[in-house]
Amino acid sequence: MNEYFTPGDFLVLKPVILLVLFGMGVMLTDLLLEKHNKYFNAVTALVGVGFASVAMWMIQSQMNRDGAGVYEAFRGAIVLDSFSIFFTWIFLISTAITIIISIRYLEIEEENHGEHYAIILFATAGMILLATGMDLITLFVSLELMVISIYILTGFLKRDRRSNEAALKYLLLGAFSSGILAYGMSLLYGISNSTNLVEIQSKLAQRPAGDPLVMMAVVTLAAGLFFKIGAVPFHQWLPDVYEGAPHPTTAFMSVGPKAAAFALFLRIFMVPLGPVRDQWLPLLIGVSIATMTLGNLAAISQSNIKRLLGYSAISHVGYLMLGLVSGNDTGLKGISIYLLVYAFMNLGAFTVIVAMRRRDLIGDEIDDMAGLMYKSPTAAVLMVIFLLSLAGIPPTAGFLGKYFIFLSLLETGHYTLAVIAVLYVAVALYYYFRIVSVMFMREPIDKELPSMSPGIRVALGVTAAMTLIIGIYPNPFIEFANRTVLAVMR
Amino acid sequence: MIGGDYVPSNYIPVVIFIVIATLFPIVTLLVAKLVRPSTPEPDKLGPYECGIDPQMESRGRYTVRYYIIAILFVIFDVETIFLFPWAVQFKVLGLFGLIEMLVFLGILIVGYVWVYKKGALEWV
Repeated sequence: MNEYFTPGDFLVLKPVILLVLFGMGVMLTDLLLEKHNKYFNAVTALVGVGFASVAMWMIQSQMNRDGAGVYEAFRGAIVLDSFSIFFTWIFLISTAITIIISIRYLEIEEENHGEHYAIILFATAGMILLATGMDLITLFVSLELMVISIYILTGFLKRDRRSNEAALKYLLLGAFSSGILAYGMSLLYGISNSTNLVEIQSKLAQRPAGDPLVMMAVVTLAAGLFFKIGAVPFHQWLPDVYEGAPHPTTAFMSVGPKAAAFALFLRIFMVPLGPVRDQWLPLLIGVSIATMTLGNLAAISQSNIKRLLGYSAISHVGYLMLGLVSGNDTGLKGISIYLLVYAFMNLGAFTVIVAMRRRDLIGDEIDDMAGLMYKSPTAAVLMVIFLLSLAGIPPTAGFLGKYFIFLSLLETGHYTLAVIAVLYVAVALYYYFRIVSVMFMREPIDKELPSMSPGIRVALGVTAAMTLIIGIYPNPFIEFANRTVLAVMR
Repeated sequence: MIGGDYVPSNYIPVVIFIVIATLFPIVTLLVAKLVRPSTPEPDKLGPYECGIDPQMESRGRYTVRYYIIAILFVIFDVETIFLFPWAVQFKVLGLFGLIEMLVFLGILIVGYVWVYKKGALEWV
């Protein structure tokens, strides 16, 4: 007997509970495994993701049967709507792909410990909670669960100095930004006397315009969130961490946690800060222009491909924020689709980089890809598809995300912003095609082939197929994203 | 408003407490000064840190185990902090509280088993 929670509350969290259980299971079974069959950990973790996906699917179909649309649990602290379901799928997919591309890489690095997979599962649990949370405390705790897991994954190569340096940098800056974010949250609590986002929204709507306390909360929250998504001027950690982290971790953090941070960003700005949109809109416009400019221009001069994709990730954040600047249905739909598409194309590009890691080669310099066309035509051609998609060229999926975001800018009359954004696509094409020209026009330096493990083959196949399918037949995905928008706008 | 002859009688124990708390260290230190033998040494003025030499080169190496034990201590310390209010409210929380607490302890035990098997608790 208890009047606090019902069993239904836990049912909503079933995917998260399963992920955590399997994560702990991996940690325990890892103790029993010999060195040569550590791959079994990856299998356990994949089964965990599979179970979580099935649970998610069951919840979703039950929701469709009930016609409920929204499940609230734990007194409104957890809200499962189409927004969180959409993001949960992005997280589960990116986690599964990260797990299968990690196996060979960790063997080469001789760091194939089970903890890697356990921590990935814990991070995914944090990400799902981040997308479903509707309460400041839930959101903060799940954010920390996610980022602390990523700090550990970043420093996973214990003997590699770059990995250590990246982890320490990320930890110190991340802890600092979490502090700023927590300060903003405390201000929101001080204003509204509630930690529930919806209640905060109604309280904020009653405050007079230009209230300094609200301004303060907006600025601190924005600063913390800009750091988490990697927007200028809080982006400095991002290229360094991307470069230093192990390849699969870079792939993971550029997709899953980034989408999760963006889900938090959208929730905070749409729900509690929704009533004071006029106050944060100029800030957001400025930051998105700066982010696109710096991300695209700094990417041009990079010689390390992970740094290059890091700066390109910054520029993508700039585009994504434009969707929130326009703030209408099309813009939010654009953000959702963009993040889904981004998950596939970015994971695909990083999978190729993971394949470049061989026994005696780190494989993250652009020059390492020289002549990839002659060594592994499939990898080279797929890489071109991913890069085209990242630049936003039809018929690849990347076009779709950019299309909706630019369309929303035109609908809301932000013509200058739209022109700037389109111009930067041209810049992006230049630096993406630098990689292509190295792959196709240059002679290979060595004879060694990329390490195409079965996992990497599967990951490449899935990501490439999805990048093309979403680009060519986007209707079901647009439909899915449409429902997401309804959930946020309610 | 309260009149001029208002005596906050509830605070009288606090005043007594403050007086005793101030006098106690002064009196003990004075008595100790009179009674104890005096042998001044420079080491006595240094900071005390659990028996570790408090001053050494900043680039010197130190064992990381110390911190593992410290972190473990914090974890199990927090565990007891959570157990206390649960134990006090045991009857109100009932079976639900018991299960919740078992889940919480179960997660910590998994961590403990992991740490134990990894050999992090083996001193030296």
